[in-house]
Amino acid sequence: MDVPDYGTVLDALLAIREGVDETLTLRCSCRSHICGSCVMKINHRSALACKTKLQAAQERAGSGHPIVVQPAGNMPVIKDLVVDLEGLWSKVRAVDPYLQPTGPVPEREYIVSNEAMLNVREATACILCGACMSECTVLEVDDRFLGPAPLAKAWRFTEDPRDGADRARLEALSQPGGVWDCTHCFQCVEVCPKDVRPMDRILELRRRAMAEGFTDNNGSRHSQAFVDSIGSTGWLDETRVAMRSTAGLRELRGWVGVGWRSFVRGKVPLRHRPIPGAMHVRAIFQRAAANDPPRQVRRREQ
Amino acid sequence: MAEDYDVLVVGAGLAGMRAALAAQQAGCTVAIVSKVYPVRSHSNAAQGGINAALDEADSWESHAYDTVKGSDYLGDQDAIELLAREAPAAIIELEHMGVVFSRDEQGRLGSRNFGGASHARTYFVGDFTGQALLHVLYEQLVRSGIMTFSEHFVTRLVHDDDGRVSGALGLDMRSGERRMWTAKAVILATGGMGRVYEPSTNALICTGDGMAIAYRAGAPLMDMEMVQFHPTTLKSNGALISESARGEGAYLLNRDGERFMQTTAPHAMELASRDVVSRAEQIEINEGRGVDGCVLLDVRHLGAAKIMERLPQIRALALEFAGADMITDPVPIRPGMHYEMGGIKTDVHGATPLPGLFAAGECACVSVHGANRLGANSLLETVVFGRRAGEAAAAYATERGPVRRSPSLLDDESRLLNLLLARPDGIRPAALRQEMGQTMTVDVGVFRQAETLRAAQAALVEMRERFARVSVGDKGRVFNQALVSVLELDFMLDLALAVVAGALAREESRGAHTRVDFPRRDDAHWMRHTLAFHTPGGPRMETMPVAVTRWQPTERVY
Ligand SMILES: Cc1cc2nc3c(=O)[nH]c(=O)nc-3n(C[C@H](O)[C@H](O)[C@H](O)COP(=O)(O)OP(=O)(O)OC[C@H]3O[C@@H](n4cnc5c(N)ncnc54)[C@H](O)[C@@H]3O)c2cc1C
Ligand code: FES
Repeated sequence: MDVPDYGTVLDALLAIREGVDETLTLRCSCRSHICGSCVMKINHRSALACKTKLQAAQERAGSGHPIVVQPAGNMPVIKDLVVDLEGLWSKVRAVDPYLQPTGPVPEREYIVSNEAMLNVREATACILCGACMSECTVLEVDDRFLGPAPLAKAWRFTEDPRDGADRARLEALSQPGGVWDCTHCFQCVEVCPKDVRPMDRILELRRRAMAEGFTDNNGSRHSQAFVDSIGSTGWLDETRVAMRSTAGLRELRGWVGVGWRSFVRGKVPLRHRPIPGAMHVRAIFQRAAANDPPRQVRRREQ
Repeated sequence: MAEDYDVLVVGAGLAGMRAALAAQQAGCTVAIVSKVYPVRSHSNAAQGGINAALDEADSWESHAYDTVKGSDYLGDQDAIELLAREAPAAIIELEHMGVVFSRDEQGRLGSRNFGGASHARTYFVGDFTGQALLHVLYEQLVRSGIMTFSEHFVTRLVHDDDGRVSGALGLDMRSGERRMWTAKAVILATGGMGRVYEPSTNALICTGDGMAIAYRAGAPLMDMEMVQFHPTTLKSNGALISESARGEGAYLLNRDGERFMQTTAPHAMELASRDVVSRAEQIEINEGRGVDGCVLLDVRHLGAAKIMERLPQIRALALEFAGADMITDPVPIRPGMHYEMGGIKTDVHGATPLPGLFAAGECACVSVHGANRLGANSLLETVVFGRRAGEAAAAYATERGPVRRSPSLLDDESRLLNLLLARPDGIRPAALRQEMGQTMTVDVGVFRQAETLRAAQAALVEMRERFARVSVGDKGRVFNQALVSVLELDFMLDLALAVVAGALAREESRGAHTRVDFPRRDDAHWMRHTLAFHTPGGPRMETMPVAVTRWQPTERVY
């Protein structure tokens, strides 16, 4: 095939479709990574075909090896490189993805700082291509997770000074399938073609949800227990963390097997003593709390 | 399958979504059909911004006058007045919906300069204004609950016995199933036809379907010869470098490092209107003062910080497709096909001459752009006239009684598509499309004349004949993109012929239409729109006068 050196994987696929096999099926439109159509796995990594230079893809594949293109992951394949995106759209719809202002509507524009707008703008750069959904390690095992792009979209509204529905949004996002289901694997941050950093947004949503008092869920209890354990003894008391993370005895029963296996492997010391330098760790926590009272450690200060 | 609605909107770009929301607010049941998911629409690509006279020191009259002048006096002044008057409210409405427009120090909307404008009245979201707007309108669409048929391809309109448009036929791309939507009013908002040319700044889906569908149904296409060539496109793949680069202060240089706009537009310089800049560039290139078929766009003097804050996407594009980092190097650029000023003729309510049919956005011609569109007026047109068309279609639908469905049409359409699928192996559509696009670029480009236009016409007629032997390379039902691209090519061939017919008819030079053999603007004969009507033997041409309210044509100086 004759593809110029500035050519992209998309150019190559189109050359194949137009010159060799007209049945080759893939979504694409803008050719300039703005419409979000052409996400697929290129050398086993989710990316926009129109943003992936052929040369770079070849280098990644290794010379002499073919560039491997596959449909995006975590979504049912419809045909060739076309996957069913209904999961993405329904999850976007699920976060009430529209501005909900409260109070009187001004006659002119809302007066807000450019910084506030620039902050929100980082996430509005999301083109809903689905690269993050394709690569998400949680979605791989649990389809109920809202996923990175919808959560980044939700973040965008909670950060918008014009939006008045923060509390309702944060409460909804604290439910199962929401912000606490992310496992911080960083995949979404790495594959995002628009630098939206969905995972960072999810972590911020967690902090804000806890600060708003939405702590009645395993995720935030887990996070608090984690902080408390390290902050007081310098290391993780897994038994206590597990006990505090769950909602009650009934739920804890489900963990008995895990607990037993950990115990057998010597991971559950009978007494959890502070590590030798625990005071230094405590000092770090105190200093951090003094500088910028992080919401997680607030309870310790009471 | 068949469905019934009051208003059917074809196209889910800015114009279509705005129209659908307006029709629903007016109390109608609405469905919106789009061949791609709404957020994939081409409105995404708009980088620069959207115009409105919002600043106290600015006025709608000034915006209107700039637009009239920019249009080289071919724009209808009643429509332009409406556009400029309704612009501020439209921007405020978008802001209230959630668009994260850039702000000034006081937290108010901040604006930038754009070509052909006498005031900084372009409002923007970084350099992805179109995407920001499109996603916000999509959010509103989600909120509205309007029935949305994504990845459905509309192929033709349906009429009732009285000749009123009463729905559309199409294809569910995913299942391959044929579809019919019955409606009391139909709004076409199918966007531009950039792919008629090769190269073009337009997305691959910009194949002018709605224009061709309306044209075949009997609606006239207006001023199709008015094709805008954007002054700054990359040579490698035709990608656009937004006018915001020049708005922020970029220079255009020839081979000798001269700012050649000095001779053509000593006041506005690089920010003269697009037709003027593109012609000046093409002259530099034709007369050997270019660099490798291009001239140079230079922003180095703006400094890295400003480039990174204001033009990050543009820098990324240039880096990627021209291998030039704008912070340290000038970028080679040239004029490239960008926008169709013409389209389905409508009045200021979006109504076409066909009862029941409305149109808005790039596929329509109201005409607010006349012979040359000013940058950032098109996004504005989509929301202002999208809303107006939605309201007018709703009013029409409310007046009209129930529409009778004619299921036999669905069978007829199925039969036609099946015949197309069953064609024996023949010509590949891609090759024919390339040929058409190149013919248009070479013979119907920045400079035109009768001889080459006639040659192009003959070539296109011959291509039309060859089209009968084009085959569909995929015989399956599910996601048959080969079928869709053959249907698109069919549409585009009709449109190419309409463009050439308009270009031949208009024996003068005005705005984007430069006839080497008629180098002057001819107000005595050509303060008129061209109208192309579809006939089996090719376009039949008529003309009609331009609406002039307060600005008599004078010479255009920038
Ligand atoms: C690179 C670029 C930059 C631009 N920058 C600016 C700018 O800065 N400022 C400005 O004002 N303008 C700009 N423009 C122009 C502007 O973006 C477009 O004119 C405008 O967005 C068109 O909007 P629309 O709603 O009419 O159509 P589109 O957004 O193109 O939407 C068309 C819709 O129709 C649907 N459709 C088409 N055919 C069919 C069919 N057969 N069946 C079903 N659905 C169909 C599509 O799926 C899509 O949803 C730019 C254009 C380009 C190419
Ligand atoms: S084609 Fe639009 S993002 Fe790749």
